[in-house]
Amino acid sequence: MKLLVPVKRVVDYNVKIRVNPDGSGVETSNVKMSMNPFDEIALEEAVRMKEKGVASEIVAVSIGTQQAKETLRTALALGADRAILVDATSDPKQDIEPLSVAKILAKIVAEEKPDLVIAGKQAIDNDMNATGQMLAGLLGWGQATFASAIEISGGSATVTREIDGGLQILKVALPAVITTDLRLNEPRYISLPSIMKAKKKPLEEKTLADLGVDLTPRLRIVHTDEPKQRSAGMRVGSVDELIDKLKNEAGVLS
Amino acid sequence: MTVLLLAEISQGHLVTDHVARALSAVSALGEVDVLIATDQGGADAAAQAAKLRGVRKVLLCEAPCLAHGLAEPVAALVKSVAEGYSHIVAAAATYGKNILPRVAALLDAMVISDVTAIKDGETFERPVYAGNAVQQVVSSDPLKIFTVRTASFQPAPEGGSAPVELVSAPADPNLSTWVEDRIVVTERPELTSAKRVVSGGRGLGSKENFDAIVRLADKIGAAVGASRAAVDLGYAPNDWQVGQTGKIVAPELYVAVGISGAIQHLAGMKDSKIIVAINKDEDAPILKVADYALVGDLFAIVPELSKKL
Ligand SMILES: Cc1cc2nc3c(=O)[nH]c(=O)nc-3n(C[C@H](O)[C@H](O)[C@H](O)COP(=O)(O)OP(=O)(O)OC[C@H]3O[C@@H](n4cnc5c(N)ncnc54)[C@H](O)[C@@H]3O)c2cc1C
Ligand SMILES: Cc1cc2nc3c(=O)[nH]c(=O)nc-3n(C[C@H](O)[C@H](O)[C@H](O)COP(=O)(O)OP(=O)(O)OC[C@H]3O[C@@H](n4cnc5c(N)ncnc54)[C@H](O)[C@@H]3O)c2cc1C
Repeated sequence: MKLLVPVKRVVDYNVKIRVNPDGSGVETSNVKMSMNPFDEIALEEAVRMKEKGVASEIVAVSIGTQQAKETLRTALALGADRAILVDATSDPKQDIEPLSVAKILAKIVAEEKPDLVIAGKQAIDNDMNATGQMLAGLLGWGQATFASAIEISGGSATVTREIDGGLQILKVALPAVITTDLRLNEPRYISLPSIMKAKKKPLEEKTLADLGVDLTPRLRIVHTDEPKQRSAGMRVGSVDELIDKLKNEAGVLS
Repeated sequence: MTVLLLAEISQGHLVTDHVARALSAVSALGEVDVLIATDQGGADAAAQAAKLRGVRKVLLCEAPCLAHGLAEPVAALVKSVAEGYSHIVAAAATYGKNILPRVAALLDAMVISDVTAIKDGETFERPVYAGNAVQQVVSSDPLKIFTVRTASFQPAPEGGSAPVELVSAPADPNLSTWVEDRIVVTERPELTSAKRVVSGGRGLGSKENFDAIVRLADKIGAAVGASRAAVDLGYAPNDWQVGQTGKIVAPELYVAVGISGAIQHLAGMKDSKIIVAINKDEDAPILKVADYALVGDLFAIVPELSKKL
């Protein structure tokens, strides 16, 4: 079974981002970038499938600038066999929407013919939570989003999904798209030897012209602002004081 | 402009609060039709939706393949009735987030997730980077498809009496089959609409200790929330997670116990009216957003609080 794992380069989750005061966007130069955490989980799951003998090949793909090669090298070190960079823009500020990302991924799927795509449920920068579902829609494939457990057998995947109210288990015929939630697994640390090995693994580059996808965005970002800030309130010294404040000052308890 | 609102159905029932909030978010855009997709017993859900003020009509589709809200058949249904609408919308809960991006791809439109404000028919606000920035976006798609963050809108009141119209079901795409739901039915208020929320974090130390949070919540009629750490460690079930990648809440009172206040957690609760933090660490970031902070040992404070309330 062949697996395709889309990985996105995002601002590291530990970085407290700064919004440009002129409303033009978020400051992304000179900040630490990492692989989207949900994509790390997706890769880890793929690697475990390969270790169990369920999968035979893992292809990682990223759509972005040349810098996304770093993310792909990480993917190779984590256990992907090959990587594909779709060099979509030289301008790190250009917007590539999930619909375009999904269309590009659909072209890659047509070439690579994977049996399963495992994507993250959401990228922690744009928080769209859309790409996997859109890809499944474009391909006419089944989808299982927000996965916390995946079991492959007999041409289908049984997936436990984290939904409102609890869990849902469904069976989706392969090929399919699965998106990962936080509880699916805990990604391993990358070892030094695997980083060395990753340098020798193939990383192929494609251009948009190769794929023929129109990236014209449907959304125009008018401006990006800081949200309302909360200021710290007061310290209370005891449970009695807290109860008094909540009842008589804030009026949220009676 | 006419809006199609995909109603959220859970265990065969209308999730009225989410539908009512999504409805009030979009009523200024024009007339709103509510679409209900289910396998059977849809008449009750339809009657419930018909009562919400601002609904023009309810479209009801009942078919075996629509049971359990599987994305493929529901998305196919939405596509089949999309003609003539200017906007397609759903609440940004797991139901809508699973289905609407697929609908958007089928209709070649870009989905806009988690809308927190609607400026006009094509201009929307949504948070990015865990709520640390707010984007205003203009959509050029002829048909706009988006999910709305329920915590940002009040529910539309009852008092309507919209007609119910039956629509025919799409062919079953047969791509996935439902196996089982493991849903915990609770008497407690629902997390995203509760007026009060008490949340616990890693500081609780064990599943048994987490019961103290549940007791405090029950004492004041609150919903129970948790940090990711508490969920990962098994102290609390997954759907209690509050945060960037969990639930977004904005209650009148949010009590954070043994939670440090990582940006991912703050993203889910910083729009609460009053925030109380109980933490032993003077420097915990949660204290910087709390209206009332009580620094001390939660194992002494929480039982005392439960007793005195
Ligand atoms: C170079 C570049 C610059 C950009 N600049 C901006 C900008 O300034 N402002 C702005 O608003 N947007 C920008 N974008 C677009 C944006 O960051 C996202 O790529 C796009 O909107 C997807 O949304 P999301 O990340 O929220 O997707 P989600 O739907 O949340 O992502 C879910 C999953 O889809 C997969 N995925 C998503 N994107 C990619 C990708 N590029 N490559 C591989 N897999 C992917 C991953 O598995 C991910 O976990 C830029 C994109 C690129 C590539
Ligand atoms: C991709 C991604 C997505 C994420 N999404 C979310 C999300 O949606 N929601 C979320 O919550 N997190 C999320 N996180 C995790 C987040 O970064 C933090 O790790 C998490 O919120 C920490 O949980 P915590 O505050 O319970 O634990 P900690 O940070 O360990 O804090 C525990 C707190 O308890 C206090 N404490 C300990 N003992 C006591 C005591 N006896 N009395 C009083 N106080 C005590 C400590 O002082 C400390 O402040 C995400 C992370 C990533 C990478």
